[in-house]
Amino acid sequence: MPKIVFRGADGTAHEVNVDAGRSVMLGATINGVPGIDADCGGTLSCATCHVYVDKAWADRLPPVDEVENDLLENVACERAPNSRLSCQIVVTEELDGMVVDIPERQF
Amino acid sequence: MAGLAIVGGSYAALNIASSARQNGYGEDITIFTDEDVLPYHRPPLSKGFLLGSVDRETLPLRGEAFYRDNRIEVVFGARVDQIDRAEQCVETTKGRFGFQQLAIATGTRARRAAIPGIDLEGIVTLRSLADADAIRDRLPHVTSVVIVGGGFIGLEMAASMAKSGFEVTVIEGLDRVLARVTGQTMSTFIEGEFAAHGVRLFCGTAVQAFEGEGGKVRSVLTADGVRHPADMVVLAIGAEPNSELAEPLGLAAPQGVVVDLCGRTADPLIFAAGDCAFGANAYAGRQIRLESVQNATDQGKAAGAAVAGIEAPNTSVPWFWSDQFDLKLQMVGLSEGADREVIRGSLEARKFSIFSLRGDRIAAIDSVNSAGDNMLGRRLLGVAHSVTAEQIADPDFNLRSLMG
Repeated sequence: MPKIVFRGADGTAHEVNVDAGRSVMLGATINGVPGIDADCGGTLSCATCHVYVDKAWADRLPPVDEVENDLLENVACERAPNSRLSCQIVVTEELDGMVVDIPERQF
Repeated sequence: MAGLAIVGGSYAALNIASSARQNGYGEDITIFTDEDVLPYHRPPLSKGFLLGSVDRETLPLRGEAFYRDNRIEVVFGARVDQIDRAEQCVETTKGRFGFQQLAIATGTRARRAAIPGIDLEGIVTLRSLADADAIRDRLPHVTSVVIVGGGFIGLEMAASMAKSGFEVTVIEGLDRVLARVTGQTMSTFIEGEFAAHGVRLFCGTAVQAFEGEGGKVRSVLTADGVRHPADMVVLAIGAEPNSELAEPLGLAAPQGVVVDLCGRTADPLIFAAGDCAFGANAYAGRQIRLESVQNATDQGKAAGAAVAGIEAPNTSVPWFWSDQFDLKLQMVGLSEGADREVIRGSLEARKFSIFSLRGDRIAAIDSVNSAGDNMLGRRLLGVAHSVTAEQIADPDFNLRSLMG
């Protein structure tokens, strides 16, 4: 099972195992990682699962689609080139060890 | 056990608990839910979960680890029958539990109506996972479904079932769908989409009777004399607040459990949040009861903070979403008191937002497949701004420049 590392805004790291095929967001909410609100449950309605994907991994992800882009334009913390909505990142074996940073706030 | 007792097991309950902890509440926290599962996402129940594209494992709002890490205990299958204010305890089907503070997050129940035949088998409502499971179990025996009510739940169910190949009829008593929540332009657009997907839509007619055979529903008779065949009827005519626990304590109005901006009732030990709460609303400037994930979440956070002794009033702009077919419908603000509508985008392209203006201010934005407009609105509508209709209608005008 691939491992995903969440780094909180305060520097605390949470390592969780996520089934391949599930989203990074679900990995956070099911394992109690603080800072991923995920109010809409991954339906691209709320933009409260914003993460900054570590540069070493960001380029390996499929590109941002139109709706995700619209939402990222208005996230609570500043959008960066490596900003993603974690509900849209599907975990694969290739992403084992991926590091994502959680912004200070989601709303 | 003492500490904080929370009655109810959904968004508001979870957010009261987690916010109390985040704000430093150190006593026990116990959630009493009459269901047998942890709080879960409800919107998929009328959509992906019904269709089978969303599985059960993805439904919980938070996993068990979260409750353990935050020392939040959940008592399942516990219906709370009474609050004993003098003794500071709740009477539940799982026993009697003491509390120091109490939060009411009991939500709503589906409205029923005194219509002949209402108790026939095959007439269902949708609020909970158990309801959704029961509907899914019925589907193999269903060909024609009649949905009574053209609000969000009714339309989402209609879209899901039409997509799955069922014959779907929607009956709405008012003269258009979504009449309570949006304007004529959006209603007309949505009605056109449903018609294009083969959904039969009858507005402005009331159900006169449900007719059955052998105790099971077979058709729905409307006031205009039309008989609509049905193997299943979904009653989606709104919801009523579960405020019975608060009533004997004098904490409820007919509209729900009365709270202030911080989710406090008139009793210093008792709080409430979510669909059951009728409260001061900063954006509306008056008391309202909102039925939404956003309100349950934000009001829950405010109430949890108040339990911990922290003043954190809920000042969020109300917002809402609904997915129907490939339409991403999102709403932000409240259109009451608006004096004109301006369209940004294109109805033909099925990508637009309807801006409701009150003078030079935006009161509400109802969007279809335009998530950016909705996201912007959640921030812009909460601050002072001034805009013209021409600016809104101009696709080259950057709305973000209004943020100042």
